[in-house]
Amino acid sequence: MATLKIENLQAKVAEDGGETILRGVDLEVASNDIHALMGPNGSGKSTLAKVIAGHPAYEVTGGSVTLELEGDEFDEEMPDDLREWDLLDLEPNERAALGIFLGFQYPAEIEGITMVNFLRTALNAKLEEREELFEEGEEEEEDDEDAGYETSPMEGPADEGEVGVAEFQEILQEKMEVLDMDEKFASRYLNAGFSGGEKKQNEVLQAAILEPEIAVLDEIDSGLDIDRLQDVSNGINALRDEQGTGILQITHYQRILDYVEPDYVHVMLDGKIAKSGGAELAEQLEDDGYDWVREEVYETA
Amino acid sequence: MSSEDLQETDTEARFEFKKEEKSAFKSEKGLTEETIRVISEDKDEPEWMLERRLRALDLFQEMPMPTDWPGQPDLSEIEIDEIVPYIRPDIETRGGVDDWEDLPEEIQDTFDKLGIPEAEKNALSGVGAQYESEIVYQNMKEQWEDKGVIFMDMDRAVQEHPDLVREHFMTSCVPPSDNKFAALHGAIWSGGSFVYVPENTTVEMPVQAYFRMNSEGMGQFEHTLIIAEDNSEVHYIEGCSAPKYSAFNLHSGGVEVFVGENAHVQYSTVQNWSRNTYNLNTKRAIVESDGTMEWVSGSMGSKATMLYPSTILKGPGATDNHITIAFAGEGQNIDTGAKVYHNAPNTQSTIESKSVAKDGGRTNYRGLVHIADGAENSSTAVECDALMFDNDSTSDTMPYMEIQESNVNVAHEATVGKIGDEDVFYLQSRGLDDDDAKQMIVNGFIEPITEELPIEYAVELNRLVELEMEGSLG
Ligand SMILES: Nc1ncnc2c1ncn2[C@@H]1O[C@H](COP(=O)(O)OP(=O)(O)O)[C@@H](O)[C@H]1O
Ligand SMILES: [Mg+2]
Repeated sequence: MATLKIENLQAKVAEDGGETILRGVDLEVASNDIHALMGPNGSGKSTLAKVIAGHPAYEVTGGSVTLELEGDEFDEEMPDDLREWDLLDLEPNERAALGIFLGFQYPAEIEGITMVNFLRTALNAKLEEREELFEEGEEEEEDDEDAGYETSPMEGPADEGEVGVAEFQEILQEKMEVLDMDEKFASRYLNAGFSGGEKKQNEVLQAAILEPEIAVLDEIDSGLDIDRLQDVSNGINALRDEQGTGILQITHYQRILDYVEPDYVHVMLDGKIAKSGGAELAEQLEDDGYDWVREEVYETA
Repeated sequence: MSSEDLQETDTEARFEFKKEEKSAFKSEKGLTEETIRVISEDKDEPEWMLERRLRALDLFQEMPMPTDWPGQPDLSEIEIDEIVPYIRPDIETRGGVDDWEDLPEEIQDTFDKLGIPEAEKNALSGVGAQYESEIVYQNMKEQWEDKGVIFMDMDRAVQEHPDLVREHFMTSCVPPSDNKFAALHGAIWSGGSFVYVPENTTVEMPVQAYFRMNSEGMGQFEHTLIIAEDNSEVHYIEGCSAPKYSAFNLHSGGVEVFVGENAHVQYSTVQNWSRNTYNLNTKRAIVESDGTMEWVSGSMGSKATMLYPSTILKGPGATDNHITIAFAGEGQNIDTGAKVYHNAPNTQSTIESKSVAKDGGRTNYRGLVHIADGAENSSTAVECDALMFDNDSTSDTMPYMEIQESNVNVAHEATVGKIGDEDVFYLQSRGLDDDDAKQMIVNGFIEPITEELPIEYAVELNRLVELEMEGSLG
C-alpha cells in the first residue's frame, strides 16, 4: 500500500525561457483508489504525468512529489527513512522501482527488441533496483555479471536475472489472457507497427507485469474500439482489484469511466486542479464541457 | 594464468590480456626485398610464390597511399618501416596441430579464453586458429574430410594444392594492383585459411578461423581463399582480436571467394581489434550463375578500419547480400561499406548497413553498386542507417551508384539519426537505467544483423557492443 502526494507542484519546460506549464498542482492518489483526471487539451495533464515519472524535458520549479509506502509487503517493520520517498530526487528508473508506472499517451516504438525480452528485462531491472534502494548503505557486493563463464565465454554466463525465462513465460501468458491479447505479441518488437489500440493494450500489459503501487495512465482510452476498450478496462480493474494499484486515469471521455468507475474526478485547467468531485462530475463534464468550471473558478478567483 | 583466473575475467579482459612474446622466428622491422625473400624461404615456398610476392612488393612501392577520399581515416601514422611483418610462433608443427593440448600453454590459454575450443565442440565443422603470423591449430571433423572438403592453413595449401592455389591466389579476384594495401598483403601475406568445397557438397555447420595478434608493433596479413564448387554450400566465420599496445599494429588481410554455379557461401566476420590497430582489408567474391554470396561483417574496435567487401556477380541469376555493422567510439574512424558489380542479367543484390557512433567517433558508409550495360532485369536495394549518441559524433553515408542499364530496379534508403530521448525515457520509466536503456536501443538497432548470425556469434557480437558502450556510458 502506498500514497502518491503531489503538493503545489510547479514545472516549466526545461530550457531557457521555457513555458511554465504546471502552476501549483495538488493531488493525492492512494492504493486501491481510482482517480480520473480530465481537462481541455493543453491544460497540462500529460505534463503532470511525465513530471511524476521524471521526464527530463521538464524542470520542477516548486512543490513536491512524494511516495509514501506503508511497507505492508515487507515482513519486518519498515524503518521510517524507507517509508517516504522524495520522487523529485530520483531517476526515472528508481521511481519505477518504487512503484510508479506511467502509461504513455504516445508510447515509443523500439525496433529490434521483442516484447518478451523487453518485459522480462524491465521486470528484473525493477526488482534489482528495488533491492538496491531498500538496502542502501548495507553495501553488499554482488559479483553478478563477472561471475565467470560456466561453459564457454561464447555462450556467456547464464545471467538470467531474478525472474528466469521459463517463469516469465508463465507470468506473461497469464497477464495476456486477462487483456485478451494474442500470444504472438510476445515475439513482436516493442510497439513497432502496433496499431493505436494495440499500443494502449500493451501499456496496460506492462503495468500488469510490473505491478506498480500507482499507475498514471495517460489517455489510455483514446483510439480504442469498443471491444478493446473493454479489454483494457478489464486490465485496469484487475490492477486495482488484484494488486491494489492506485490509478490516476487521464481521459477526455466518460466512455471509459463506465467501465472503470472512478472514486474521484478532477478537472485540470491552466496547470492547476480547478475542481474535484465524485463520478457524477465526469458525467456533468461530458454533458456541459469545461466552460462552466472555468467560469466558476475565475469568478471565485 | 590458471583456469580459475580465466573463469573470473570479464569480457573486456578476455580480449585485453597480453602474452609474453615467444617466437621461433621474427623478421626484421620494415619491408624490403630481403625481408620477403627471408620470409618465403622460412616458409619453404615454391619459386612462383616468391615471384608473386616480389611483384606485389614492386606495386606496393609504386602506389600512393589513399589520402583524398572524403572523410577517410587518417593513415599518416602508418609507417611500414616500423612494422614487424612476420612472426612465426614457437611451435613444432607447421600448418597447425590438431589437438589444442599440443599447443604451448600460453597459446592454448589465449584461445581457451576466447572460447574457441568450446565453440568448436558445439557448433562448428572445423576450426583454424592463427597466432601472430601462422596458423597454430587446424582441425576439421572427419565427416567433411571424407567428402573431400579441404580446410587447411593457407601456407600448407601452397605446398599441398599448388594447382588450385596457383590458379586462384591473387589472380582474377584480388590482384595486388587492386589497392596499396592489397599490394602490401600480396608481398608479405602469411597464414590464413584455404577452404575447398567439392561439387554438390553442403558443409552443414560453419567453419571458423580465429586470428589473434599478440605482439606489439606487428602486422598480420593472413590470406583466406575459399573455393565453393557448383551446388555446394559453406559458411565461413572469421574472428579477430588483439590486445592494446601503445605502438600501432597493422592488420591487412586478403580474402578471395569463388562461388560456383548455384553454390552458396556465407562469410561472417566478428572483429574486435584493439584501439591501436589499423584494419585495412581487401575482400572480394566472384559469383557464377545462380550462386549466392553473403557477407556479414561486425566491425568493432580498431583505430581505423577501411573495409568494403565486394562481390562481382559474374553469372546470370547470381545474388549478393551484404550486412554490415560498425561501431565507432572516441578517436575511432570506422570506414566500411560494400561494393557490388552486376555484370550479368537477372542479378540481385541487397546491402544493409548499420552504424553507431558515439563520443566523437566517426562512421562512414562508403558503397558502390555498379550495374553494367546489358545486366538487364537486375535489382539492387541499399539501406544504410546510422545512429549517433551525441552531437560530437559523425556519420556519413556515401552510397555511389553507377547504373549503365535502364531495365533495372534500384532502391536506396538512408537514415542518420540521434538516439531518441523519448525512447530512452520510455525504457527508463519501465525500470531500466540510462545505460541499459541505451544499450537496449542499440541492441534493437543492430538486431537485423545479429539475427543473421549463428546464435553463439550473435551473443558474442552483442557482448562486444556492450563492451563498446561501457566505454562511453559507464
Ligand atoms: N516539451 C514541451 N516543450 C514545449 N511545450 C510543451 C512541452 N510539453 C508540453 N508543452 C506545452 O504545455 C502545454 C500543456 O501540454 P500537455 O501537458 O501535453 O497538455 P494536455 O495533456 O493536458 O493536453 C501545451 O501548451 C503544450 O504545448
Ligand atoms: Mg495529453
